[in-house]
Amino acid sequence: MTVVRNRLALAALGVLALLVIAAVFAPLLAPDDPAEQQLLARLTPPVWEGGGSLAHPLGTDQLGRDVLSRVIYGSRVSLLVGIGAALLAGVVGAVCGLFAGFRGGWPDRILMRFADIQLAFPSLLLALAIVGFLGSGLWNVVLVLGFTGWVAYARVVRSEVLSLRTRDYVTQARATGVTDLTIMRRHLLPNVLPHLATIATLHIAAAIVAEASLSYLGLGVPKETVTWGSMLADGQLYLGTSWWVAVFPGLALMLTSLAINITGDALRDVTDPKAYRR
Amino acid sequence: MTTAVPKTLAKRPMLELDGLSKEFTGPGATRTLAVDDVTLTVEDGETLALVGESGSGKTTLTRLLLGLLDPTAGTVRFEGHDLAVLSAAELRALRAGMQVVLQDPYSSMNPRMRVTDIVAEPLVTHDVTYRGRRARARLRERVGELLESVGLPARLQDRYPHEFSGGQRQRISIARALASSPRLVVLDEPTSALDVSVQSQVLDLLVELQRQHGLTYVFVSHNLAVVQRIADRVAVLRRGRVVECGETAAVLGAPRHPYTRELLAAVPRPDAYRTRTGSRTGTGNGGGTTGE
Amino acid sequence: MTTHAPQAPVLEIRDLHVDFRLATGPVHAVRGVSLAAHAGETLAVVGESGSGKSATMLAVLRLNPEPPCVYPGGEILLDGRDLLALPEKRLREVRGNDVAMVFQDPMTSLDPLQRVGNQVAEVLRTHRGASRAGARAEAVRALDEVGIPDPELRARQYPHELSGGLRQRVMIATALVGRPRVLIADEPTTALDVTVQRQILDLLADLRARHGMTVVLVTHDLGVVAETADRVVVMNSGRVVEHGTVAEVFETPREQYTRDLLAATPRLEPTS
Repeated sequence: MTVVRNRLALAALGVLALLVIAAVFAPLLAPDDPAEQQLLARLTPPVWEGGGSLAHPLGTDQLGRDVLSRVIYGSRVSLLVGIGAALLAGVVGAVCGLFAGFRGGWPDRILMRFADIQLAFPSLLLALAIVGFLGSGLWNVVLVLGFTGWVAYARVVRSEVLSLRTRDYVTQARATGVTDLTIMRRHLLPNVLPHLATIATLHIAAAIVAEASLSYLGLGVPKETVTWGSMLADGQLYLGTSWWVAVFPGLALMLTSLAINITGDALRDVTDPKAYRR
Repeated sequence: MTTAVPKTLAKRPMLELDGLSKEFTGPGATRTLAVDDVTLTVEDGETLALVGESGSGKTTLTRLLLGLLDPTAGTVRFEGHDLAVLSAAELRALRAGMQVVLQDPYSSMNPRMRVTDIVAEPLVTHDVTYRGRRARARLRERVGELLESVGLPARLQDRYPHEFSGGQRQRISIARALASSPRLVVLDEPTSALDVSVQSQVLDLLVELQRQHGLTYVFVSHNLAVVQRIADRVAVLRRGRVVECGETAAVLGAPRHPYTRELLAAVPRPDAYRTRTGSRTGTGNGGGTTGE
Repeated sequence: MTTHAPQAPVLEIRDLHVDFRLATGPVHAVRGVSLAAHAGETLAVVGESGSGKSATMLAVLRLNPEPPCVYPGGEILLDGRDLLALPEKRLREVRGNDVAMVFQDPMTSLDPLQRVGNQVAEVLRTHRGASRAGARAEAVRALDEVGIPDPELRARQYPHELSGGLRQRVMIATALVGRPRVLIADEPTTALDVTVQRQILDLLADLRARHGMTVVLVTHDLGVVAETADRVVVMNSGRVVEHGTVAEVFETPREQYTRDLLAATPRLEPTS
């Protein structure tokens, strides 16, 4: 059973590695310029379908752009947005959750009230409002998705800290004279990290999809930047006739979030001192 | 961090609790007086047992005397220093002198830390020379010594807590408590979660360490048989108040308070079967009838 | 000492083996345990953690988690019927009805979201098909019987509203309401204060006398054994290392392990 799990984790890690390579070396790997339009070769099917050609292994979209190249280039934005947003939200959420949970009192009440208010807002609506205010652009999208996601981290960390802080080893550390900051860093953070990782894997996937939604609405990254989201949006119109335009970016998105989730699980097992005992 | 606490005036008790009270406000503004006007002293080198059942306030009292909770009224003096008037930094420095061993050997250690770092925490906290990578070898050596002093091999320090039994964990807890060379150790039910055979070994160890290091113990327990074995004096707590306090032999041998007598009577005795079977055949009460 | 009529035991365990097939390899928790409990007696099963005493007792009602638990051998006879061979459905009729259990931790053995009265009544409703009102009345009566003051009120309360001692009494009431022939109490007083422990032990002795119940008391505390048991079985590393009447085991222990256990048991010495 552990072998199967290990193999699965290894495969997931492989997918992620491929993805990073694709993102970094996109100009070298992509057969075509992702923006180049070949209007004569519009909506060419993939190579294995009738009418497909090796020139466009995964076919072309409605403007005759090479789908494979676009998927490869799209991984850049998707990864950046997903990881960037999760990192930002994770750091902000963890810090807030740690302080709120450990200190309690008024900082806790204020922070959590704020979180409640934010939760009451549909997050996409909030993102729209902020993008509308800040303007679109890659970094603004990261900022927005990070900011709308911190609440989940903060709540989980806080509730975990609330139970951890009554643990004897925290009492013991306090009795020893360890400062609050050190207690948070040494005793609380390592024990909430696995939970953070779990949320992060979900959040990365969600952020990639959210970026797609924003791009779909025209509020994400600039139109000329290729993203899986904008590809999905474009392809939706042609799903009935030319499925490949939407399916390949969708597949990439699904594979990525799956791989991230599996890797996250494996990571949690590895970091638990109880789990990797032989 | 190494604020020197001025050496205290000669021959005061090590620990003085004076009129100590703690009131908790629960939901709906209900108030409970967990500790109610407790005055106690602990002399240098002695073992004072705090005896009480759940709800007696003994846990709150230990948290107060360790300075982990602020009293509603009264003072705690450790080696002459009133904990309430110390700054946060001074209080932290003072903590090197008083350590605690808690009851549950499973929750008293961070599961993600190796034994080295668990035992070394007081060292690193109170002595800057043990910090950093270059001090690592010296730190490991010191942790090894501490482990050996509680009867564990030094090489076990690279393991994680879950790899140890309850009794071994409690030894690690004791090693940690000794790391900063404290004068006072608060032992909060240190053996009640252990099997009897292990319990008695840990008690022996505690007695031996006290003799070696001249330690002062505050020993919290509900087990009067254990208390009898280890304590010089006993304070019996009930509903936050000390109902009786005195020499162990006097309190257990000639209890003055009815609650102390009730506690004593409730202790299961390994020779009880004699009187029980005797009384059974004598009075013929139904307790032992078997079959039809 | 009480003498036992040469009748068949109510509960008899013969050469029981219990294994746990864990990912890290099999653990033989119980390695050939045999013991017998007769009608109306209290049998104490003594051992430290890891002795296999709890796995043995849980095996009686097949309550060990399966998997990883398997029973490679042995018989558990209740009035001559092998419980280990019984299909799950039939075994369910035995649970709580013929054999009831009380566990150590009254905090986790009660459902926090169920009123106390309902939990006590559950046994009657599942086994006897009792009406809601009938079961309720019976539950209140059971709470009263185990010495819970104001049972009507308590039946309507939730577990968290009760003290540890009261919760353990509720557990006992739950076990007793089905009028079981055998009560297995696994460390029933370990989590309790001494004064409360005393009350619970007295209660168990009283109930046993009144109902002629057989009590199997699992404990690590030899003091508790001396206070309550007729006969003792000492377990170590999954085996029975010694058995006999309380007086035999306490006065002339044959095994070194039993002697060590007796020596380690803290006892109050007379001081005056």
